[in-house]
Amino acid sequence: MSGPILKLNGVCKSFGAVEVIRSLSLKVERGEFVALVGPSGCGKTTLLNLMSGYDYPTEGTLERFEPGHMIYQEDGLFPWRTAAQNIELGLQFVPDRVARERDLSEMLSLIGLNGFGDHYPHQLSGGMRQRVELARALVGGNNLLLMDEPFSALDYITRLRMRWELSRMLKERPRTVVLVTHDIEEAAQLADRVIVLTDRPAQIRREQRIGLTRPRDLTHGEVVRAIHDVLAEMGLEGPGRKP
Amino acid sequence: MVVWALCSRARVFPAGLVPSPLEVVQGFAEQVQRGRMLDDLVASLYRVTLGFLIAVVLGVPLGLFIGLKIQARDALLPTVNFFRSLSPLAWIPFALMWFGLGDKPAIFLIFMASFFPMVLATAAAVANIPTVYFRVAKDYGLDRGKLLTQVTLPAIMPQIITALRVTAGMSWVVVVAAEMIAGRDGLGFLIQDARNQLRPDLLVVGMTAIGLIGVALDRSLVQLTRIPSVRWGYEK
Repeated sequence: MSGPILKLNGVCKSFGAVEVIRSLSLKVERGEFVALVGPSGCGKTTLLNLMSGYDYPTEGTLERFEPGHMIYQEDGLFPWRTAAQNIELGLQFVPDRVARERDLSEMLSLIGLNGFGDHYPHQLSGGMRQRVELARALVGGNNLLLMDEPFSALDYITRLRMRWELSRMLKERPRTVVLVTHDIEEAAQLADRVIVLTDRPAQIRREQRIGLTRPRDLTHGEVVRAIHDVLAEMGLEGPGRKP
Repeated sequence: MVVWALCSRARVFPAGLVPSPLEVVQGFAEQVQRGRMLDDLVASLYRVTLGFLIAVVLGVPLGLFIGLKIQARDALLPTVNFFRSLSPLAWIPFALMWFGLGDKPAIFLIFMASFFPMVLATAAAVANIPTVYFRVAKDYGLDRGKLLTQVTLPAIMPQIITALRVTAGMSWVVVVAAEMIAGRDGLGFLIQDARNQLRPDLLVVGMTAIGLIGVALDRSLVQLTRIPSVRWGYEK
């Protein structure tokens, strides 16, 4: 299948008198990895909530052609279910039991948690929990992943490792991803397209394409250049300085 | 125990006010021999179990309802809070008027003591469930029935177990008071009876039994916290 999976046309969102998103238009293609970056409080999460169907635009149209799964910053797992039982939540509509079990054990080895299936979330580290969270969203057929700062609660090294994990998983199970983050390095290393948002009310300030195959190194020249361009656009790096 | 034994040996207290350990042991043996110990124990446990179970079976659903529906919260919470603050012992006269003597007034009083705390604890637990769980549930397509059994109930289970322990403890306190006034048997009646017979040794026997059973009740409810799917609530 080709064509867009998400289509936003002149989307506005206000909460009472507070205008959060102003006339935003955006198309996300199938299989694409789009990162939304912007200052905190600029309406990134609101935008993601609109995309997931949790909330509705005040004006404009938003079309989503396939259902998606949301991935949260932390604690999106049910603490009363084991890792395996949490992942099974994503498999409950797979009718064949054998297929379900095969998918579950494949997924546990894909996220490197073989033997941890019967552990509860509080018995796992933060990085392990986020991998389970990813696994839950990747099993089953859903093509769209909406990620709300999924790695921001992790320490720096674990975050770097999780980026590799995510790229690796997406290679095994290609998905369309919309990632909301304030981490510009993360956006440039992972995404095909980085969309920089303005302060509230959020509008698109810049679109940066990164035409490299994934996964890629954080220090790859083009990734570094993209980071520089985005930082310069946000006024965080001198305009004359080249990396 | 040593201090107690020495005090009674040295006759610190006037005779007849504080029994010696030996007298208590003899009193205990006497109660067991006459079969009263077991009868009283069973009578008290029966009343607590029944009153407590009715309170839980009715209180948890009402708590769920109050916790989930804002309108219900506004309408019912003040009433529940009022009765929660009212000592269950204040119901003793009505309990006697309505139910006479025996099991029923005690069961009623235990119900009154445990129902309202159970409702409040459940409602508070439900209101504190993080919204992210409901979002995840919706995201993964859980229907209303599954939402209750797979999200709401497991999410409040650790707090429910804590409330069960607190409430069971209160029930055990109340049954003694109820039996002292409205009983013809039970551990509370044993206390009252010992008082009337001027038998301080039996008073201590009754008090010891009440304390030990209370601890045993709590110990057995603590076992619930070992269930794997509720451990998360106690290990943060």
